[in-house]
Amino acid sequence: MQILTRSIPLFITAVAGIVMILSAFFPYTSDWGKFAGQFFNILAAFAFVLGGGNLLKLHLKKISDQRPGWAYSGVVLVCFIVTLFVGLLKIGAYPNPTYPSVHFGGETQGSGSMFWWFYEYAFKPLTSTMFAMLAFYVASAAFRAFRAKNFEAILLLGTAFVVLLGRTFAGVLATGWIPPDSAFSGLRLENLSVYVMQVFNTAGTRAIMIGIALGIASTSMKILLGIDRSFLGSGD
Amino acid sequence: MIRMLENLDRRWIFLAMALCVSVPILVIGLTGVTFPETPTPLAEAFFDEVDRAGEANGRRANVLIALDYDPASAGELSPMSLSLVNQCAQKGHRMYFISLWPVGPQMIEESIDKVIKRFYPDLVYGQDYVNLGFKAGSEQVIKVMGIDLTTEFRTDVEGTMLSQIPMMEGITSLEDFDLIAEISAGYPGSKEWVLYAATQYDIPLVSGMTGVQAPQNYPYYPTQLKGLLGAIKGAAEYEFIVNDYVREARVRSILAANGIDEETSLGLSKQLDQISTWTTSAEAASMSPAAKAELIDVATGATPGEFLEGQRRMGPQLFAHLLMVLLIILGNLVFFAQRRRGGSA
Repeated sequence: MQILTRSIPLFITAVAGIVMILSAFFPYTSDWGKFAGQFFNILAAFAFVLGGGNLLKLHLKKISDQRPGWAYSGVVLVCFIVTLFVGLLKIGAYPNPTYPSVHFGGETQGSGSMFWWFYEYAFKPLTSTMFAMLAFYVASAAFRAFRAKNFEAILLLGTAFVVLLGRTFAGVLATGWIPPDSAFSGLRLENLSVYVMQVFNTAGTRAIMIGIALGIASTSMKILLGIDRSFLGSGD
Repeated sequence: MIRMLENLDRRWIFLAMALCVSVPILVIGLTGVTFPETPTPLAEAFFDEVDRAGEANGRRANVLIALDYDPASAGELSPMSLSLVNQCAQKGHRMYFISLWPVGPQMIEESIDKVIKRFYPDLVYGQDYVNLGFKAGSEQVIKVMGIDLTTEFRTDVEGTMLSQIPMMEGITSLEDFDLIAEISAGYPGSKEWVLYAATQYDIPLVSGMTGVQAPQNYPYYPTQLKGLLGAIKGAAEYEFIVNDYVREARVRSILAANGIDEETSLGLSKQLDQISTWTTSAEAASMSPAAKAELIDVATGATPGEFLEGQRRMGPQLFAHLLMVLLIILGNLVFFAQRRRGGSA
């Protein structure tokens, strides 16, 4: 069983990884990357099925155990099943204008279809509302958590003020009196916010990105060489 | 006062935020007044890159437009998409729409309906623009498109084979595009397009993104990302540039159609407020009354609301940001008062 659970997955991982590396560096092997990509897409399709199965399992268990908030799980399952049913069977979808006689040839999400209706009148307002609510929580957090406790926090606060004001017309109102062609034009809040983003932010982000890239490269090598086997889920 | 702030119910903060957002929306909606925008070099670079796409090849540019966002971020990103499509349509670029996000096709449909079908009805589907829809697989889709586009996209969103779509002729991989313009709300998004398309195949890439993403993408500007629009501020700046460009281009087009020489046409397009007076001059004698009326309408008429959304949304953003600054200051007053009293902070 060790062959099935360990050796074969390690072999597949190593081969797929090496193929992707080769395809990126050698033009002759670029087609290999395409084939690996196609396999990835096929596997991703299975992942959708696994994901759906996992969602059903988790929420059915929650309903069965009558755990707190189990009714929400019921809502999730009903929405999931109805959307899946409508999408797979293309209920209410208009026929494809090029091939009108072909069944299931129409666009699932086409304007006027039931899937479109779900999107327009349920998904769109719900996701927009969820995102818009962030403004209220951020405002509350600004009042309760953003404290000038030490030097670093003061720096952060100062930067936040520059960016918050500089990204709106308030920046122009506050520092618009500084002539745009003078030696001090860099002190105008709208210019200062761009400077903060392009210089300080870029320097910090670039350092983090290089660190992450090196980390990814070393972790990837460990996985390809079979040194790191944690992805197999065996606790090795 | 400090005691009151210490015990402030957070519902008052929620109410203040609701007012700061809703009142400017109502006022701007009723009056149509927006704050003036001064475009930053990033927005100008975005515009310039789209403007000169395909120039080196001396033909209509093939622009791949990837709309990788959903309704949650549409408030920030939709104005960028509309202005991008507006600029491409006015310039005469061929537009290839795709999305790596499941609800991206709806964002594409919105852009096509609001801009192309309404303001550019002469553009033909399959010849001037095509909707390739959503493809699952995130960065893997980009990688495979770099080698062979038809492996990932065999049909358009309506199920028509790509071989039957005239504008797909000669398009086999990412390298056949003159520009990739990407509007992104997260993963997969601008970073993946930088890593797997722009860097690997040396294709010009411009990207518009949410405010949260922008700081992570600044390091790519200007080498991998030729232009960058960050949040609604970037959208408003770009919208401002594109609206001016479209108005000037249309004025020049009307003048050219009526036989006005290029030098006069170029000068007038930069002085739109002079157009009305100019139509009464001897230079405009060759123009018919209908053409003059059209010219004045294009030069001085109101900009359609679709292309003002970014600038309008800067109003609520201004007051919301001012409230945030005020709340931070008040919160710190409470903090220092508590510290002076020796209480817990």
